[in-house]
Amino acid sequence: MEKYVIEMLNIRKEFPGIVANNNINLQVKKGEIHALLGENGAGKSTLMNVLFGLYQPEKGEIRVRGEKIKITNPNVANELGIGMVHQHFMLVEPFTVAQNIILGSEPTKGAGYVDIKQAEKEIKELSDRYGLSVDPSAKVRDISVGMQQRAEILKTLYRGAEVIILDEPTAVLTPQEILELISIMRNLTKEGISIILITHKLKEIMEVCDRVTVIRKGEGIDTVNVKDTNVDDLAALMVGRQVNFKTEKTPAKPKEAILSIKDLQVKDARQAMMVKGLNLAVRAGEIVGIAGIDGNGQSELIEAITGLRKSESGEIKLNSKTITNLSPRKVTESGVAHIPQDRHKFGLVLDYPIAENIVLQTYYKKPFSKNKVLSFKAIYEHADKLIKDFDVRTPSPKTKARALSGGNQQKAIIAREVDRSPDLLIAAQPTRGLDVGAIETIHRRLIEERDKGRAVLLVSFELDEVMNVSDRIAVMFDGQIVAEVKPEETNEQELGLLMAGSSKEKARQKAGEEK
Amino acid sequence: MMENKKLNILIPILSVLLGFLVGAIVMLAFGYNPIEGYAALFQGAFGSMYNIGESIRRTIPLVLSGLAIAFAFRSGLFNIGAEGQVFVGWFAAVWVGVAFDLPAIIHIPLAILAAAVAGALWAFVPGILKATRGVHEVVVTIMMNYIALHTTNYLIRTLLSDGGSQSERIANSAWLATPGLQEMFGYSQIHWGFIVSIIFAVFVWFFLEKTTYGYELRAVGFNPHAAKYSGMSVKRNIVLAMLISGGLAGIGGAMEGIGTFGYMYTHGAFTNLGFDGIAVALLGANTAPGVVLAAFLFGALKVGALSMPPLSGVPAELVEIVIAMIIFFVAASYMIRLVIMRFKKEEN
Ligand SMILES: Nc1ncnc2c1ncn2[C@@H]1O[C@H](COP(=O)(O)OP(=O)(O)OP(=O)(O)O)[C@@H](O)[C@H]1O
Ligand SMILES: [Mg+2]
Repeated sequence: MEKYVIEMLNIRKEFPGIVANNNINLQVKKGEIHALLGENGAGKSTLMNVLFGLYQPEKGEIRVRGEKIKITNPNVANELGIGMVHQHFMLVEPFTVAQNIILGSEPTKGAGYVDIKQAEKEIKELSDRYGLSVDPSAKVRDISVGMQQRAEILKTLYRGAEVIILDEPTAVLTPQEILELISIMRNLTKEGISIILITHKLKEIMEVCDRVTVIRKGEGIDTVNVKDTNVDDLAALMVGRQVNFKTEKTPAKPKEAILSIKDLQVKDARQAMMVKGLNLAVRAGEIVGIAGIDGNGQSELIEAITGLRKSESGEIKLNSKTITNLSPRKVTESGVAHIPQDRHKFGLVLDYPIAENIVLQTYYKKPFSKNKVLSFKAIYEHADKLIKDFDVRTPSPKTKARALSGGNQQKAIIAREVDRSPDLLIAAQPTRGLDVGAIETIHRRLIEERDKGRAVLLVSFELDEVMNVSDRIAVMFDGQIVAEVKPEETNEQELGLLMAGSSKEKARQKAGEEK
Repeated sequence: MMENKKLNILIPILSVLLGFLVGAIVMLAFGYNPIEGYAALFQGAFGSMYNIGESIRRTIPLVLSGLAIAFAFRSGLFNIGAEGQVFVGWFAAVWVGVAFDLPAIIHIPLAILAAAVAGALWAFVPGILKATRGVHEVVVTIMMNYIALHTTNYLIRTLLSDGGSQSERIANSAWLATPGLQEMFGYSQIHWGFIVSIIFAVFVWFFLEKTTYGYELRAVGFNPHAAKYSGMSVKRNIVLAMLISGGLAGIGGAMEGIGTFGYMYTHGAFTNLGFDGIAVALLGANTAPGVVLAAFLFGALKVGALSMPPLSGVPAELVEIVIAMIIFFVAASYMIRLVIMRFKKEEN
């Protein structure tokens, strides 16, 4: 038997103005979980798209089970048993899970009649076998992000995948869902399936992976056994310098309240009340972190503050001026900046050049336009500056946002929002999909903004991040702030319990017992 | 990898060539000589000053309806209503031409303005319904087309004539053509509308690419969520896009009213100017320069087609096949993109 299921040798892939992959080697053994690690824009997604047949390499060869092969398109990859779950899912929302899974390889029962019942049965069996717990008859738009992802995994399995590529699967998951995914990955490898896992979370690599290949700026650096390494070495290998995980900061010196919210009520698109009489204050010079499980009203709260969603009742004040139900433009102009959770939906016009994305809220002001005519010179000069200051890796400011790596898209948004020097900076999952080096930079930026006297509201599902960066943690549960704690006086267990709805006393007691 | 810009130019050109190729095959299959057929077509489109004049004349309203569709497209809207907007624009221009007696320098712009306003109002209805109620613009614009057709017919019979099927002729001061120009082009029906159409092509290009309005409209077209997030009013932009698109189509109608014909007649069916505008916009990749070139190609093809039966015996309908195939190939550009990529790779 062959030692490696997949071998990618001396792969080179160029894009206009940039070499995304240069002489990269990747060898994956049967039944292993192989991590692919690298900074934002290092070329991980590109390399995987080459393996999946979406891009053709300029140089290099690919061997599958020892056999040299040209993967000209994803169908060829599927036939070779290679499946991929992309960084951004590719599901048809109004279809059911089963319909999505069989799309393109529909089983027919004579005369082109699609046998959906049979398919659902097979999918259910597959799902049970690997512990995926996916309901094949549920509509994709009705299920959680985590389940959508498992549906994508099922899709690859249904097509007979023996090698599954997961591109940053955990970036969009809640901590609970991440645990589930990890156990699924273990089930898969037990059955001899190999997994290539892209992730920026070094802890995950240490926990589930067997080996890890590190790439930096398109070059292959090394492949190491996870047993023989540790988080610090991996980070250094990937970034090329030592990385600080614990963010250094001085105690906050909060001043007057910038944002104050009273008895706020907000409904979601389905008219269900999601924010139920919420009270919160954020002062100048402090970072307030909102901890909570996804779906407890965080998105609705942010959308209400920023004017994207109507508030039913209650009051939002900024600098003691009421901004309840103002338009997004008015809210922005009164000094609020917003790093949105969903960067593709809200944060960027993907078909605009990066420079034009950077002036998305300021294009109508001087110097970016005069008398309604855009000044591209000013726009591009500004973009050049931010790209440099925030280390956005892009071939040029003219490059469409779509062509940037996921992490660099995020950095461009952060650059735009932080640069406006807002009184209140709302950061929703600001480091989602960023590499450890970039996370360090972003956290430093948030703290710098705080020290300049701005108010920062941080919403994150990463407890690490909330504990590390916040000066004060507000726990959100079922549409309300149920507790406020100091990061230095709490721990992950206590926060976890609070987030699940326990009272503060109970949580403290229980967390104490568990220790 | 080839850059997208180059591809965007290459695809329409290739599509046109392929369209002609299929046309040639069809001619061969039916026993005609494609060389003779195309020679006749060329002769008909450019053979003399008269033919050139006619080709340009045919191009003028297509530029404007093409711009109308392209403008809406870029803002994320599908304005199938250009057809109806052409009708009301034509009517409004002729009405101003008939009802007033003014110096040409005022009369002509006034007629054009009236056409633009009429077209814009016609497009305002689907625009506002889309913006406030979310009604799909395609449905409403199609209905508005029928309303335009029958309303203008009625008004021609009652307001612009005594139950006749044709309006009075417009005053000479509103006429866009001059005998001198027509004489120069072999007494064809050419008129100064070609300058109007170029002016509006430049306007559309500048407005979309260089102004903050265009920046907003395109952002809304690409991603309404991001547009809203960044503080743009999606609703206002939808209405604005429909108003301008409708205005452009209305001016296209004016070109027929105060240019080519000098009057308006009752129509039994649609003019197809608006529908052809969809094809023009598609071939022109929804850019102003592209629209001008595509409109000229279609204008020349349609005029040239008239000479095919007498000169070569090939039925004029063949040109419709060629046009249809060109559109097919543009629409299937995904396929063509793949073919180009393949060739590129084999070169390497
Ligand atoms: N379609 C494309 N066209 C042009 N350039 C591209 C394209 N896709 C990626 N690139 C460039 O190639 C480089 C590598 O991008 P890639 O998406 O592979 O990075 P990545 O390692 O997956 O990063 P991240 O962790 O941020 O997702 C980047 O500089 C990116 O801008
Ligand atoms: Mg990536």
